[in-house]
Amino acid sequence: MSIELKNVSKNFGNVPAVNRVNFSVREGELVALLGPSGGGKTTVLRMISGLETPTDGDIFIRGERINDLKVQKRNIGFVFQNYALFQNMNVFKNIAFGLKIKKWRPGKIKNRVAELVRLLGLEGLEKRYPHQLSGGQRQRVAIARALAPKPSVLLLDEPFGAVGAKIRQELREWLVRLHHDLNLTTLFVTHDQEEAMEVSNRIVIFSRGYLEQIGTPREVYEQPANEFVARFIGVMNVLELTVEKGVGRAGELVFPTPGYADNEKVRIGFRPFAVQISPDLNHYRYQAIIRQTYFLGVMLRLELQLPSGLLLRSRMTKEEYAALALYDGRKVSLQIRNYRILAKEHEPLGPELTMPEKTSLYIGEGI
Amino acid sequence: MAGYVKSKRLGSTTASKRGTEESVFVKWLLICVALLFAVVFLLLPLANVFVQAFSKGLKVYISALTHEDSRAAIRLTLLVAAISVPLNVVFGLAAAWAIAKFDFRGKSLLNTLIDLPFSVSPVVAGLMYVLLFGLQGHFGRWLDEHNIKIIFAVPGIILATLFVTFPFVARELIPIMQSTGSEQEQAALTLGASGWQTFWRVTLPSVKWALIYGVILCNARAMGEFGAVSVVSGHITGETDTMPLRVEKLYNEYQSAAAFAVASLLAMLALLTLIIKTVLEWKQAREYERAQRNPEPRGPLLPPSLQTTRLERP
Repeated sequence: MSIELKNVSKNFGNVPAVNRVNFSVREGELVALLGPSGGGKTTVLRMISGLETPTDGDIFIRGERINDLKVQKRNIGFVFQNYALFQNMNVFKNIAFGLKIKKWRPGKIKNRVAELVRLLGLEGLEKRYPHQLSGGQRQRVAIARALAPKPSVLLLDEPFGAVGAKIRQELREWLVRLHHDLNLTTLFVTHDQEEAMEVSNRIVIFSRGYLEQIGTPREVYEQPANEFVARFIGVMNVLELTVEKGVGRAGELVFPTPGYADNEKVRIGFRPFAVQISPDLNHYRYQAIIRQTYFLGVMLRLELQLPSGLLLRSRMTKEEYAALALYDGRKVSLQIRNYRILAKEHEPLGPELTMPEKTSLYIGEGI
Repeated sequence: MAGYVKSKRLGSTTASKRGTEESVFVKWLLICVALLFAVVFLLLPLANVFVQAFSKGLKVYISALTHEDSRAAIRLTLLVAAISVPLNVVFGLAAAWAIAKFDFRGKSLLNTLIDLPFSVSPVVAGLMYVLLFGLQGHFGRWLDEHNIKIIFAVPGIILATLFVTFPFVARELIPIMQSTGSEQEQAALTLGASGWQTFWRVTLPSVKWALIYGVILCNARAMGEFGAVSVVSGHITGETDTMPLRVEKLYNEYQSAAAFAVASLLAMLALLTLIIKTVLEWKQAREYERAQRNPEPRGPLLPPSLQTTRLERP
C-alpha cells in the first residue's frame, strides 16, 4: 500500500470537515478524490501532504505512519489549485527549487531540470516568469516542480480547475499518459465527475466529510452505494413513488415495489439509457412527447414529458435518433427497462439530495 | 432623413472607440490639470530650492555644506536614518506578517496602532518622549541618576524618528502580503524548505517592491522629520541638529543661501532614493523582457512524446 488512511477525522474548530475516513491507495495507482465542494476531499489531500494535521486517526505512506512527520520530510509532490508558482523566479528556478533545498550539486540540478523540461514540453520557456506563461504552461511548471525532487506520491488539488475547457480535455489525456509513464502513485482532487471517471483508476467519493464509496469508475457508475453516489455520478432520473395497492405510482407510471406497504413513499432511480422509446404509439405502455433534444456530440439527450407533466431524460446515439425519425414535439411511447430503489422516505441523505417536497421528479446533474 | 444620415456618420467616427473611453477633450483636460498641479506645486518649488541654493555662487554653496556644523548635521541625519530604517524594516515585516498570515486576538488593534503616528501630530509625538524621559518626566530622575541622556541628545532624536516613521514599511507590506496569501510558502514547505529558507527565498522576494518602496518612504521621512525631532533635540548646534533643524536655524539667522544649500542636499538625498528605485524597476522590467524574448516552443501544446523520455522511479 502506498497511502493508507485509518479512521482519519479533521475538525476545524467545532466544524467536522472529515469524518472517520478509511481508504488505501496501491502503489502506482491514479486515484480521484471526488465530491461536491465542502465535501472534505481537499482537506484529505492536505492531511496526506502534511499541510493539515488530522484531529484523529492515522495516515501511512509506504507503511510508515507519517502523522507526526513534518511536511518537509514527507517526500510528497503537491500541485496547488492555483499552482502557487514562485512569482519572483523563472521557470528553471521554480523547478530547481526543491533540488536546491536538498543541496543537489548544480550540475545534477541542471540535468534534472532539463529532463523535466523535456518531459513536460516546456522547452524554450526556462527563463520565463510565471506571469509570462499561459494557464496550461503554468500548470506543467507546477507539476514539474513537484516531480523534480522525486516524490513518492504526487498530490494534485483541482488540477484542471483553472484552465479553459479545451486545454482541460487535453490536460486530462496528458495526465493519464504522464502517470502511465512515471507509474507514480497519484491522487487528485476534483468536483467534476466526468473528469474523475475519465482519468482515474479508482474514485473515492466524498460528501459532507464522509466517504460515500470507493471503486473503479465502472463500479461506482453501475453499482452506486447509495443515492448520493447514484445522483452524483452520471445522470439519473429520480422519482418519488407512493405505494398504492401493492405498486409504486408516480403520475401514470407504475413500478413494482416489493416489500413496501400501502401509502409508503419509495424513491427510485434509473439511468437515461433505461428509458426506451418507440415512434409507434402502441409499442410501449406509456405515451410521452419529446420536449427538447440536446446534442452532446455522438450522444443525444431527450427530455420527455408525460401527460401528467412528469419529465424524464433519455439518451441515445445520433443514429438511433435518426432511425426512429424522432424530432422535438413528436409523440412517442416509452418504457422504463430497469430501475433501482434508492431509499425510503426520510432516510438521511447528502446535502444535494434535499429537494422541494412537492416535486416528485428530479433530474440529476452531470452529463 | 438627413438628420439620421448625419448622426450615423458621426457615430461611425467614434465607432472604433470603446464605450468606456472618454472624449479626447476630457482626456487632455485631465492630463493638463494633473501636469499643471505637479509643475506648480511640486516641481517649481523644488527647482527654486536649487536656484536659491546657488544664488550666491558655488563657493558659498560648498562652504555652507562643508561648514563644521553642517557636516555634523549631515552625519547625525545619516546616523538616525541608518538606525531607524532597519529597525522599521524588522518591525514592518513582523507586523505585516502577523497581520496578513495569522489570526489572533488584538489583530485589528495592532492594525489600528500602526496608523497612530499618521494621526498624531509629530510635535505631540516629540512631547510624549519629553514627558517620559525629560528631567520632569517619569523616568527623568532615574535616567539622570544613571547619567543616561535621552532628551536633548541623540537617543531622543532616534526615538522620535522611530515613532513618526513607524507605519511606512508595515503599511506598504500588509496589502501585498494579504493579496499573495500563503500558497507560495506552502509550496516551498512541500518542496522541503524550512521556515527560514521559505522566508528568505520566497516571502521576502515576493514583497521586494513593496519593501523597497516602504524603505524609501521611511528613509525620506527619517531624514526629513522636523516637528518631533525639533521638540526632543534641544537644538544644540553641532551636536543635536539634524539637517532639517540646521536648515531652519540657518534660515532664521538670515543665511538663506546656506539654508537652501543644506535644503538642496536634503532634496537630493530624496531624489537619489527615487532614482535608485526607478533603476531597480527598470532592471527588473528588462529582465522580464529578455525572458519573454525567448522563442515560443513550437508544435503541439502537449509534450511530443512521453514514451521516449523515462524518468527514474523514486
